[in-house]
Formats: sequence, C-alpha cells, structure tokens
Amino acid sequence: MNKATRLPLHAGVGFKPEHFAAIDAAPQPIGFFEIHAENYMGAGGPPHAKLKRLHEDYALSIHGVGLSIGSMQALDRDHLARLKSLCDRYEPESFSEHLAWSSHDNVFLNDLLPLPYTEATLARVVQHVDQVQSSLGRRMLLETPSTYLIFEESTIAEADFLREIARRTGCGLLLDVNNVFVSATNHRLDARDYLASFPLDCVGEIHLSGHAVTTDETGATLLIDAHDSPVADPVWALYEKVVERLGRVATLVEWDNDLPDWPVLRREAEAAEVVLDRAARKAAA
Amino acid sequence: MSTATQSRFAGALLGGDGAVPRGLTSSTSATPTRRFAIYRNNVLFGLSGALTARYPAAEKVVGAEFFGAMAREFVVGHPPTSPVLLDYGAGFAEFVETFEAASELAYLPDLIRLEDLRTRAYHAADASPLEPRQIAAVPPEKLSELVLVLHPAAAIMRSPHPVVTIWAMNSGEAELGPIENWAEEDALVVRPQQLVHVHRLPPGGAAFLEALASGSPLGVALEAATAQAASFDLSANLAGALNAGAFASFDLTS
Repeated sequence: MNKATRLPLHAGVGFKPEHFAAIDAAPQPIGFFEIHAENYMGAGGPPHAKLKRLHEDYALSIHGVGLSIGSMQALDRDHLARLKSLCDRYEPESFSEHLAWSSHDNVFLNDLLPLPYTEATLARVVQHVDQVQSSLGRRMLLETPSTYLIFEESTIAEADFLREIARRTGCGLLLDVNNVFVSATNHRLDARDYLASFPLDCVGEIHLSGHAVTTDETGATLLIDAHDSPVADPVWALYEKVVERLGRVATLVEWDNDLPDWPVLRREAEAAEVVLDRAARKAAA
Repeated sequence: MSTATQSRFAGALLGGDGAVPRGLTSSTSATPTRRFAIYRNNVLFGLSGALTARYPAAEKVVGAEFFGAMAREFVVGHPPTSPVLLDYGAGFAEFVETFEAASELAYLPDLIRLEDLRTRAYHAADASPLEPRQIAAVPPEKLSELVLVLHPAAAIMRSPHPVVTIWAMNSGEAELGPIENWAEEDALVVRPQQLVHVHRLPPGGAAFLEALASGSPLGVALEAATAQAASFDLSANLAGALNAGAFASFDLTS
C-alpha cells in the first residue's frame, strides 16, 4: 500500500451536510469521510462544527478541487496557504488533488479542465506537486481525470504520465475507476488496457461514482463524469479486477449531485466493502 | 501545453461562440463541439449554480428561470477570482442594480445584500455571545463608557425597502402575502450559535449598532441613535441586541 495516505483500507463516502443528522444518529459502517477542501475555508460556523464532530469518530480525507495543479501558470500561494491551514486544523489521514487545471489568469473556472501530456506539462506538474508537498509538509495523492477531448500535442500515455509524476515526486495516486471507464469509453479505448498499464503500486485510494450517458454529434456514446447516480455495473466490474490485483484499498463512493438519502449512499459503500472482503479472502486462499 | 494553449482553452469557456479551440480533437470527430460544450456548460452552470445556492430568497422572488439567466450574465462578466466559492457573489447586488430586466424590483439588490450577510454570518468565526448578565455588574455611572465588541457573525444593514419582511416571506420564515406597510427596514444579522437569524431593528437601532461596531462607547452610540430617531429606546435596543447575540465581549474605556 502506498505510504502517501493513512486512510483505513475500507470503503468511505463523500460527506454531504444534508446527511449529517442521519450519520450522527448512530455508528455507521463507514471507513472514512472525504470532503471538498474549498467548502471548509470559512472561519467557523456549521461546516466546521459538523466536520469536527465527524472527525472524532471517523478518518478524514481532504480532497481539493481548486488548486489547479495542471496549470502552466504558477500555483495560487494564498490558496496553498488556505489548504495548509485546513490540513493543520484537522490533521486528515489523507490529502488529494486532481491532475487538472481550474484557474487561469486569476479567473477560477470551477471545473477540472484537461491538459495535454507532454514533457513540458510533465515537468510543470512535477514542480507543482513538489511545491504542494513541501508547503503542506505531507505527501499527497493525485487523481486520474475523466476526459472528453484529445490534445493533438499529447505524446505520453496518461498512465505513464502519472507513473512518472509519482516516481519523481513521491506522491501517491488516487485511481478514479469511474474516470478511467468514462475516458476509455469516450476515447474508444479499452479500460482494461489502461488499468493493465497503470502503476497500481502507487495507488493510495480509489474513487467510484456514477456517470451520465449521452452521445456526441456523430452519435457515438459520450459519458460524462456527473457524480449524480449509483456506480455503474461496468465500473464495479473494473473495480473488482483492480482490487484482486491490489488487495484492500481505501475506496470512496462519491455522489455530489441529485443526492440520495443517506441509506442509499451507505449501501453503495457497503457494496464496495463486500468487494474488498471478497478480494481479501481470495488473496488469503 | 504552452500557456497560449491554455489561454485559448480558458478563453473559449465563458467567451467565444462555442467553437472548439485549435489543437483539440476526439476519437470520433475532428471538430468535437459537443464534447467541448461539456466544459462550457460545467463552467457556466456550475458558477451560476453557486449563486443560486447563495441567494435562495432572491431566486424565489424572481423565479428560477429569471434568476438563472441573470446569474449567468453576471458569471460571464464577473467570474470568480478565487477557488473559494463561499465568497463568490461580491458585486452581484451592484450588478442587479443595473440589470435592466429587474429594474422594477427596486428592493432586489438589498434582498441580495441581506442574503450576502447571512452567508457571511454562516461562515464567520465562532464566538460565545456576550450575555446580558455579564454587563449587569457594570456600575450605572460607567455605562456611558461601555464599549461593546460586535460578534464576528453580526452585521447591520439599512434599507429603504421592507427588506427583512420580504426576506422572511421568501424564505419560509413568514407567510407570503401583501406587505401592508411598505416602509424602510434595517436588519441585524447574527449567528450566536449554529443558526443564522435576521432581526428587524427598531428606529435608530441601526445608527446605534453601527456606532458601537465602529468602537464608540455606549454614550456616543446613544447620541447617534437619538439623532436618527428621537423616540430611540436605549434599554430596549440594548437588551434586544444582547439577547440576539450581537456582541462578543465588552470593555470599559476608562
């Protein structure tokens, strides 16, 4: 298991304040909760009161969505300082961010935007990950993106790009199996090939979530990383294969839009736990 | 990616005509407009959605469709400069003041300002509110020298519109109905514990609390309030603000 995280090797869920009362009413079979860092950057109030309460009983993963690590421009030092302050406040078991950019020329675009994979972008991302890890005084996990487009200038396969970042910076990787399936479908590739070439030894956490299905102008299936529905069957199947190779791994079920009631989300986490248990039994046999 | 590639991509998200920036392709089409539109939609609707979440009462007043169109126009002209969207919305009230289609709703910018103060209070630093009994020990002759420190969540707002009543009616706090007495209303926004409250201030109350907030002692604040409203009732206003949780601590000037 990758040392960049101390998350328990169980299933967790993305925390939504709407679920707090149900979660707090009884002990939950949940390994950890993950939050989006930027929602906890106020000074106080209910968000922090709930998070503090939650972290008394459960491990915590802080997941940034606004640092713009994949940008060619410099990292926002103020934002890095805010992340440091949040990590110092909660001492989470894990900190992660995305292989993507979200700000440009002082405008925050609020989306995880893609980058081409070249020697130049690789050097830039490595420099940014180094800067994040030294600023926060901790190792981080970098998450695989979901993509819809191809940059003509790309020269490096995504899995190789991520492997090289991990090798040069010592960061761990956050493997989003839904993103792998979404990207592979969108680019007419086989997700199993991608996973076969992925540096699983660097993986410290897995993300699972639902996606939306639509079509592009040619009528071809186009998947969107929507986080608004249950994990799809082909994603569960890929996850099972990954866990068989990797063993138990901290696994997060993300559901950010069209939120279900708490029991529905909890059942998704329980389903992931079943896969983890099955893989552990196979490994022991 | 050169910075120029990234600039072209960024520039085509909130601006442009939806054309795919040069250098991008896809496995199915060399001009993947639908694919690029996913990013355009995520950016525009993600940011306007952040405004909708921040101003539920204003949205209720004008309706979801109208509010969404207004918010999207603001997003294009005034995108956020920080990844902390809890703060996004500065300048929205001023934008709405100049938004032609909303010009008949003169109170709408103030309703937005009140909702800004509620969000600010929600995320403000925590502090135990000053309790009335804590100043009971101050000798009466010293009271005019009392300096009251505002609670970090507390804020005062003046409006020429019945903004507190309009907010209450559009947030489920009061029944929606005609406003009989269309008069100016000043608001006190507080969050003594976990819940944000909005109080309507009596005449002179805003002048009184603004003077205290600026560090003036009670005697000076009383003069400011009386200058505003001759009928100003000191003990009622002081008790009201204390009970609401408007202060965090006190000091004596001498």
